[in-house]
Amino acid sequence: MKHVKTLNKANLKESAIVGGCGECQASCQSACKTSCTVANQKCERQNSVKVSH
Amino acid sequence: MIHKYKLNGYNIVLDTNSGAVHMFDDIAYDIVDNLKEPTSAELDKSIFEKLSLKYGETEIKDTYREIYKLYVDGQLFSSDPYERMASSLKDAPIKSMCLNIAHDCNLRCEYCFAAKGDFGKGRELMPFDIAKQAIDFLIEKSGKRHNLEVDFFGGEPLMNFDVVKQTVDYARSIEKKYNKNFRFTITTNGLLLTDDKIEYINREMSSVVLSLDGRRNINDRLRITPNGKGSYDTIVPKYQKLVKTRGDKDYYVRGTFTKYNLDFTNDVLHLNSLGFDQISVEPVVSDMRLDYSIKESDINAVYSEYEKLAKEIIDRIDTNKSFNFFHFMIDLDQGPCAIKRLRGCGCGNEYIAITPNGDIYPCHQFVGMDDWKMGNLVDGTFDYKMKDYFSKANVYSKPECKKCWAKFYCSGGCNANNFQYENSIFTPHKISCDLEKKRVECAIMIKAYEAMSKS
Repeated sequence: MKHVKTLNKANLKESAIVGGCGECQASCQSACKTSCTVANQKCERQNSVKVSH
Repeated sequence: MIHKYKLNGYNIVLDTNSGAVHMFDDIAYDIVDNLKEPTSAELDKSIFEKLSLKYGETEIKDTYREIYKLYVDGQLFSSDPYERMASSLKDAPIKSMCLNIAHDCNLRCEYCFAAKGDFGKGRELMPFDIAKQAIDFLIEKSGKRHNLEVDFFGGEPLMNFDVVKQTVDYARSIEKKYNKNFRFTITTNGLLLTDDKIEYINREMSSVVLSLDGRRNINDRLRITPNGKGSYDTIVPKYQKLVKTRGDKDYYVRGTFTKYNLDFTNDVLHLNSLGFDQISVEPVVSDMRLDYSIKESDINAVYSEYEKLAKEIIDRIDTNKSFNFFHFMIDLDQGPCAIKRLRGCGCGNEYIAITPNGDIYPCHQFVGMDDWKMGNLVDGTFDYKMKDYFSKANVYSKPECKKCWAKFYCSGGCNANNFQYENSIFTPHKISCDLEKKRVECAIMIKAYEAMSKS
């Protein structure tokens, strides 16, 4: 495309079908718990794939 | 649903439901700016005529063709399949626990949500017997979940470090038997760090949060000892030693900014100058009547500061001064699945907090609020109705979230803050929402920069 550049795979809907295993880090969005939030979390399955490779 | 914005010279268009992130050139942005939804292969005549004053006919038609293709491909104005999924979400196994190992603290930070360490219930340390029961409770309630998290919190957890170590030993001694994998984290103010504790934390804790607000005068204004002295000079060398020997394990130096330092970029950069490259500095969440509170009238100043920080981060990419700012970190392809994003905050459902006397609360922010006590480890009580109530909090049961473009980045905010400041866990705390949306915009703008610099 000449006028549009898409930055990602736009796979959110697909993730709903295969996701939901619940093994990822629990989320907490209170300010004092920087240790966990959502947008910057990794999928635990993706982590596993990376580790096993 | 889409969201479009201009920032740092980029025209960014997000498609909420597919998660697509696009960069548009000026003509494409002008077209979508005038468009409700491109349901037809031909551009609406009135829009075409309006844009003809600025662009040529062929250029408009070619550009619209690209926009229409995005629509047909489900990457712009895409449909919403999630509401039905949200309504069928059930309560989940408990997989994460905040162990308030010490309801006591050796600092008296002005903005402390925990009533300066004791949560308003008196100073108390958790006995090992309670911590042991907490680990047993977590294993029992975790069902088939393999990965379990325990965060040592307070107060100041280093004030009860022997129990921290005993708890880790106990959990490790039984995790294989129950097919579990414990991940421990700790949040500390650093005052009691010693070489031994640093070595232990770096060995056993998968992540550590080190509290420090930034510049000495900023940190020492609010993070003070009971005698009114600042903490900066004591803790900075200890943090530097911990981070230097941490290897590649996660850590964050975490600060709070208030109305007193709306120029918090200077604090972030100061933390980086101390040798820290994993940094989080977050807005104080507090009663509006307090002097240091961030108020509606401060929002634009905070927005400008986030933009300034984002540009600074871009300038430092690929230099030896680069660093991660926690709230600008975003993975556009491999982040959490959509199911996870429906219900970000796990409090009261898959996450609980335990006090030194074994009381169970939905999370650390609810600790001390009697109406929200879920049970007690010693007497064996647990309120499953309350658990069910929290399990229903998702971005479709929160009316403001349902219509928000950022709902799959934020996932509904902090339920405790929602209750404390908006009187319902289902009503997002407005200032937190405003700031979160700005952070997401900045984070995606940084991704746009990275994409452009690679191409």
